[in-house]
Amino acid sequence: MTKSIYTPEMMSVLEIEELTPFEKLFTIESPNGELGHDPGQFMMVSILGVGEAPISISSSPSRSNGSFELCVRRVGDLTNAMHALESGAKIGLRGPYGEGFPIAKMRGKDLLFAPGGLGLAPLRSLINQVIDERASFGRVTILYGAKDPEALLYRDELEEWLERDDVECLITVDNGDETWDGNVGVITTLFPKININPRNTVAITCGPPIMYRFVLMELLGKGIPESQIYLSLERRMKCGVGKCGHCQIESLYCCQDGPVFNYAEIKGYEEAL
Amino acid sequence: MKLQVLDKAEISPLVEALMEDYRVVAPHAKGSKFTFETVTDPADLRLDYDTTILPPKKVLQPTKDRLATFTMGEIPQIEDVLEVTPTVVFGTHTCDLKGIQLLDEVFSRDFDDTKYTAQRKETFLISIECLSPCDENAFCKDMGTMTANEGFDLHLTELDDVYVVDAGTEAGEELLAKYGSAREATEAEKQELNQKLGAKWPKFNYKLNFEAAKLPAMLEASFNHPIWDDMGERCLACGSCTTVCPTCYCFNVADEVDMLLTQGTRERYWDSCQLEEFAAVAGGENFREGRAARQRHRLMRKGKYIYEKFDELGCVGCGRCVRTCVAKISIVESFNTIYNGRK
Repeated sequence: MTKSIYTPEMMSVLEIEELTPFEKLFTIESPNGELGHDPGQFMMVSILGVGEAPISISSSPSRSNGSFELCVRRVGDLTNAMHALESGAKIGLRGPYGEGFPIAKMRGKDLLFAPGGLGLAPLRSLINQVIDERASFGRVTILYGAKDPEALLYRDELEEWLERDDVECLITVDNGDETWDGNVGVITTLFPKININPRNTVAITCGPPIMYRFVLMELLGKGIPESQIYLSLERRMKCGVGKCGHCQIESLYCCQDGPVFNYAEIKGYEEAL
Repeated sequence: MKLQVLDKAEISPLVEALMEDYRVVAPHAKGSKFTFETVTDPADLRLDYDTTILPPKKVLQPTKDRLATFTMGEIPQIEDVLEVTPTVVFGTHTCDLKGIQLLDEVFSRDFDDTKYTAQRKETFLISIECLSPCDENAFCKDMGTMTANEGFDLHLTELDDVYVVDAGTEAGEELLAKYGSAREATEAEKQELNQKLGAKWPKFNYKLNFEAAKLPAMLEASFNHPIWDDMGERCLACGSCTTVCPTCYCFNVADEVDMLLTQGTRERYWDSCQLEEFAAVAGGENFREGRAARQRHRLMRKGKYIYEKFDELGCVGCGRCVRTCVAKISIVESFNTIYNGRK
């Protein structure tokens, strides 16, 4: 019997790390060694009895070690159930699905990453791949904005990116506190601090819906061509394979045509942002 | 195969013979309306029906369909459910045939949805020609579905004393040979067939003020048309229009768990883009929050989006959404309003 496209494979959760009070990082064993994903793709994640939802893959294919990582905010039924899991648990997975970031088009270019909040989760997959193939890319700039210092994801890696000479990383928080002596303000306040060569720059952004318009304004204001801007979008999905209809952005399917979209190609779609 | 004929009295024996080996689903009377039901007595078959409440898509995509069974606990396990019932759908109108052809494409393109395609492979379609319109709401003539050259295994056309039977597939020929007692059509019967098919044409009226082929381009220019707000104000967001639509296939998936929380099933249900939560994500964002946006999405799908993905318009002109809408929203009127007001 042909296996149904909707039936997940049960996989082991190797490790669960609490990144913030709201986000946990799940390391999951790939049963066949490598997941074989592209940065920007997503998995359909199941807890049997609770349900299924799409979650972006947060780890880089260049660092797989027979496992992959999902960064999950507890915000709905499935993600709350995931947060209650302990390592060793078995969860259902199918994928990877969707169009990820077009790395081939990024080689040789300067890269500007602009993640907001949990938007760092899918971008981190690409950022680490780029760092692991550092010589293939030009300048690498990361502008990361979070709500407050407590909400910052992947602190160890942020430290590493801040320390590297070949990565320019600027971080800001909307609301500072006594532990924070860095930038305070929304992500757009970081753009005046950087100098880029817009014609050779590819920009990649992901964040809450409200953020895109403001970040796009900054990117376009810097002179980056529309065709060199990529966005990763979130939608409700029930199948992940272009059938259930939930993720439609007008005639596009976020699960098949995205979740990574080129801005020049999607800007005519009013439902996109 | 040459054109065959079945005496009218031979329909019941044919259905009865098919029932030996197949689930036969056919139109039955339900109050003053008709529905597709599994035949238990061939005498209940109503080939003279006007239209059915639901299209026959429910045979291929049941309203609730079990995708898998699972056990929970320490080592959770999940297993596919794939049960196929050999089925003959008897008496499909040609608008609904077109609907099924579109669903075939949707569920097999890119990723093979075995739940649908396995059942489809074992489902045979015996359609029937409409010789007069079912009512004033149908606009099959506009959508090119008031007759069919393909999509059926067997196709019936009623003459005065007999049904002419045209085979569209080898499987159809075999069904007829094995279960029916047909004979070759005479020249007189072929002439009567041509006369009937010619006579039906003027009985059907065009309802759109323009050619349906213009829909994708017309809608492309109408994303911000004021009609969406008007429809949104009237729409009750009940989802009836999508439920009765032969080309609406969107679904939801939910797990059902037993009282002991040890095992359960994963079920697929019909869903509707007209319901408020359809495009909402867990974080609270709803990407199609207003009814106007949701009605726009429905009409755009019918006239543009489905066409862009599958090269076929997503509306077959059956008129069911018009008939069922308590707010009297009409896809025909809406399309005409947009057409009449275009610059």
